[in-house]
Amino acid sequence: MNKPAPSPTIKTDAVIIGAGPVGLFAVFELGLVDVKAHLVDILDRPGGQCAELYPEKPIYDIPGITVINGQELVDKLMEQIKPFAPEFHFGERVDGLERLTGGGFRLTTDQGTALEAKLIVIAAGGGSFEPKKPHVPGIDAYEGKSVFYSVRKVDQFRGRRVLIVGGGDSALDWVLSLAPVASRVSLMHRRDAFRAAPDSVRKMKELVEAGKIDFMLGQMAALEGEGGKLARVIARRDDNSTFTIEADALMPFFGLTMKLGPVAQWGINLHEERISVDTAKFESSEPGIFAVGDINYYPGKLKLILSGFHEAALMAQAAHAIVHPDKKLIFQYTTTSTSLHKKLGVS
Amino acid sequence: MPKITYIDKDGTTRTAEAEIGSTVMETAIRNNVPGIVAECGGACSCATCHVHIDAAWGAIVGPPSPMEEDMLDFAFDVKPTSRLSCQIKVTDALDGLIVRTPEQQG
Ligand SMILES: Cc1cc2nc3c(=O)[nH]c(=O)nc-3n(C[C@H](O)[C@H](O)[C@H](O)COP(=O)(O)OP(=O)(O)OC[C@H]3O[C@@H](n4cnc5c(N)ncnc54)[C@H](O)[C@@H]3O)c2cc1C
Ligand code: FES
Repeated sequence: MNKPAPSPTIKTDAVIIGAGPVGLFAVFELGLVDVKAHLVDILDRPGGQCAELYPEKPIYDIPGITVINGQELVDKLMEQIKPFAPEFHFGERVDGLERLTGGGFRLTTDQGTALEAKLIVIAAGGGSFEPKKPHVPGIDAYEGKSVFYSVRKVDQFRGRRVLIVGGGDSALDWVLSLAPVASRVSLMHRRDAFRAAPDSVRKMKELVEAGKIDFMLGQMAALEGEGGKLARVIARRDDNSTFTIEADALMPFFGLTMKLGPVAQWGINLHEERISVDTAKFESSEPGIFAVGDINYYPGKLKLILSGFHEAALMAQAAHAIVHPDKKLIFQYTTTSTSLHKKLGVS
Repeated sequence: MPKITYIDKDGTTRTAEAEIGSTVMETAIRNNVPGIVAECGGACSCATCHVHIDAAWGAIVGPPSPMEEDMLDFAFDVKPTSRLSCQIKVTDALDGLIVRTPEQQG
């Protein structure tokens, strides 16, 4: 196995965990007080729940905006924070968070990125969006060896018999990329209609017609194999009859679900799976670690975008004191302050 | 008010009164009926409100819309009787409806 070369540690003022609406707006509030931020999100794009769960649904309670849909709000937030040039690390999950002896924090992701920051802002919302695991008995034992929910290296499938389950873009994209690599690719889906892009569907059907890959209608019922090595998948048709697919690698694609994940392991006080904070700084039980948006808890908390925005503004005041301890923070309005105008690029 | 009965994976039966115009998902959540997660709050974008419609009720409830059918791809143990309960609006015609919640939602 060739390991990727360890990348150098990134140093910055603040790392924001989660690029949902609240994490994004935190960039703005931090930027106004000269605190530079990096954001990490396991998703491959910004927006959290707004982008993932309801991009086309209307939101009616953003102050001053009669109606805006989830994706539009995310687009506007991205536009609004542009002057502060935040750096994004998408497709990465924050796994480790530790306090450095000399002050500040070190944070590591599942992709091997390491970041050091003076403060941490957890804006992890309902948790990180992770692939749904199918409810097939004993599937856990095969994970990592034969069952994969994402692909980092196409090469690991060279010469293997791969079964891909699903009908969306992830499923079809992997069918198309693995077809030339694997010894055999099979696609199973519950129906003969696909949500995936029409072009991918057409290409997949051509491969089936050319006899290069197999397609079957059905759903997974059981897995057979030994010691984490898959041998075959038993599948069920709509009429409850079963059939067998020989496969030593399985990739199920059933969308995403929110899981609290690593946040629970960082030694921060929680209240029913949420981070307890004070309501002056929105700081957790660990000094220098703040929590804003849906992930936090305090008496009276409402899981609203509006509340998260307010929390970000107050958090930023405390962040300024950490990053610029010798500078006094003067309260200013964006309307009239020439120094804020400069930061926003509107002077 | 129409009554809706939810049968969970263990066979436990719970009946709740439903408001006209609300959904079968909302009725479950408001009445603390387990087995329905509704992660996306009814936006037809999570498939964690999946139910199997009782055979006798299939024709009355009707089939899923194309968007809902797409979303059902993200559910487990999908059957011809599957629906997403956030997409079923309660009407008088549904009084007595029986739905079964699957083994797993998310
Ligand atoms: C259908 C629906 C409708 C809604 N309508 C409204 C409304 O009308 N008005 C309103 O105010 N609110 C509404 N909400 C709630 C609103 O969407 C949330 O309050 C808001 O998204 C919270 O923002 P957030 O940034 O705190 O978290 P999220 O949007 O949940 O984003 C958190 C992000 O953090 C990432 N993350 C978590 N842990 C990690 C980790 N360890 N590593 C990397 N990334 C991680 C996640 O992947 C996610 O992208 C609605 C929610 C839903 C589901
Ligand atoms: S509640 Fe999410 S699809 Fe029904």
